[in-house]
Amino acid sequence: MSLRSVLESGKFAITAEVGPLKGTDINEIEEVAELLLGRVTATNVTDQQSSVMRLGSLATCHLLKEKGLEPVFQMTCRDRNRLALQSDLLSAHVLGIENVLALTGDLPSLGDHPQAKPVYDLDSVQLLWAINRLNEGYDVVGNELHGKTDFFPGAVVTPETDTEAKLELQLIKMEKKIAVGAKFFQTQAVYNVDNFAKFMKRVEGFGVPILAGVIPLKSVGMARFMNKNVSGVFVPEELIDKMAKAEDKAATGMDIAANLIKELKHICQGVHLMAIGWEKRVPAILDAAGL
Amino acid sequence: MIVSQQKPLEEILGYLDGEDRIFILGCNGCAEASGSGGPAQVAEMQSILEENGKNVIGSMVIDFLCQKALVKSRLRPRTEQVGAADSILIMTCGLGVQAVAASVNKICHPACDTVNIGGSRGEWKGKERCLECGECLLEYTGGICPLTACTKGLINGACGGASNGKCELDPERDCGWELIYERLKQKNQLDKLKILIPPKDYSKMMPSPKMMSTSLWALEQIDQEEKIE
Repeated sequence: MSLRSVLESGKFAITAEVGPLKGTDINEIEEVAELLLGRVTATNVTDQQSSVMRLGSLATCHLLKEKGLEPVFQMTCRDRNRLALQSDLLSAHVLGIENVLALTGDLPSLGDHPQAKPVYDLDSVQLLWAINRLNEGYDVVGNELHGKTDFFPGAVVTPETDTEAKLELQLIKMEKKIAVGAKFFQTQAVYNVDNFAKFMKRVEGFGVPILAGVIPLKSVGMARFMNKNVSGVFVPEELIDKMAKAEDKAATGMDIAANLIKELKHICQGVHLMAIGWEKRVPAILDAAGL
Repeated sequence: MIVSQQKPLEEILGYLDGEDRIFILGCNGCAEASGSGGPAQVAEMQSILEENGKNVIGSMVIDFLCQKALVKSRLRPRTEQVGAADSILIMTCGLGVQAVAASVNKICHPACDTVNIGGSRGEWKGKERCLECGECLLEYTGGICPLTACTKGLINGACGGASNGKCELDPERDCGWELIYERLKQKNQLDKLKILIPPKDYSKMMPSPKMMSTSLWALEQIDQEEKIE
């Protein structure tokens, strides 16, 4: 069942993220694909995440599709101008890729090629608009296409924020994204279910399915690192304590993730697991969450 | 020298929609030299706005609008007039619009686009920045340029990267979009954030050959005159 039909029929969706490696070695991705097959609704492939040069999202989505998985093609505005974005979208369509997640993209200066020229010719709202144009059979300047696309476009939102301005800006941008065709949202990692429930209350009327982000904790250091360096991630002290006291850190981290999923299941339309190196443990986390 | 040209009248009238009392500001610096916002253009704009049913309650030409201290000191004697206005129409470059918007708690409309002349500079130094993009967006962003205030130059709102109001690129740098949010809130214009801004026409950001060889500045004509022997 496609991500579109799962979400449109109101079923709970499970997506997992995989990140291609730097280089041409695809063994890891293929192993992960086999483990995820039948366990997740769809698999996101990141687009050179953290601005670190890697194997591309489009080719990896194609590989996953061949393995029988439903890919979500993550596309950032960082590296391609409007010609390249549209052309890659047409390529994705002919390769049978249906889901596209439109993102702004991290700044190149934060990655491993800080000398690179940032593009941002379109922003994430305009990229969604462009996807919608291609779906209607036109490019962004209004030329007719020989054969249109049929994408199910998605977008991202950060539900937990540290300033009023940031929350309001996120919500207004979310509405803009919906207005230009976003059909689903995947969120930044959620650790505080009460705060997330408040966010869900705010967006109740928006009418789009929301997949809550889940990042399993691997260590106390990882939690503290994210709190300090990853915008929009707030791991509560209580969970950090739990990790600190745990004898088996991995088991505890997976347990925390499974419990989060169980609680999130009642308040949103899906979860989005970003395992960051723990992709092979995703089935076990889902088992523990009863999914 | 910064070269600016007036936006199409329809666009300017669109900005003023629903407003009655307008105060016009011109600049005796580059805008006068560009023929886009000197005394002559301010007078002309006043009569055009009046023909279109607006009440121009005052106007002033200052040198220079990019200097916030000058803007404040020159406008102070006119506080009552400015205070009574629904908005200020600013006929100058992107720096001037941003400097006025930062100095006066009034809705500030840009009347001009700033044209890229391929690298020439020479304005008063201030913290406002203008990329000379040729499609001024200050109408939508509270008079803070999103192309220069946001490190990604995003024009439809913030990315998710800010922490405590600071940019992820540099903890010392304010998130441009959070500044825009606070400014629009202060001016009761938060609705502007909901407007979808179409992709920019970046061809307007490339200097035309003509612009690269003249700055339209009156003194530049010296080039064509006889040289001093």
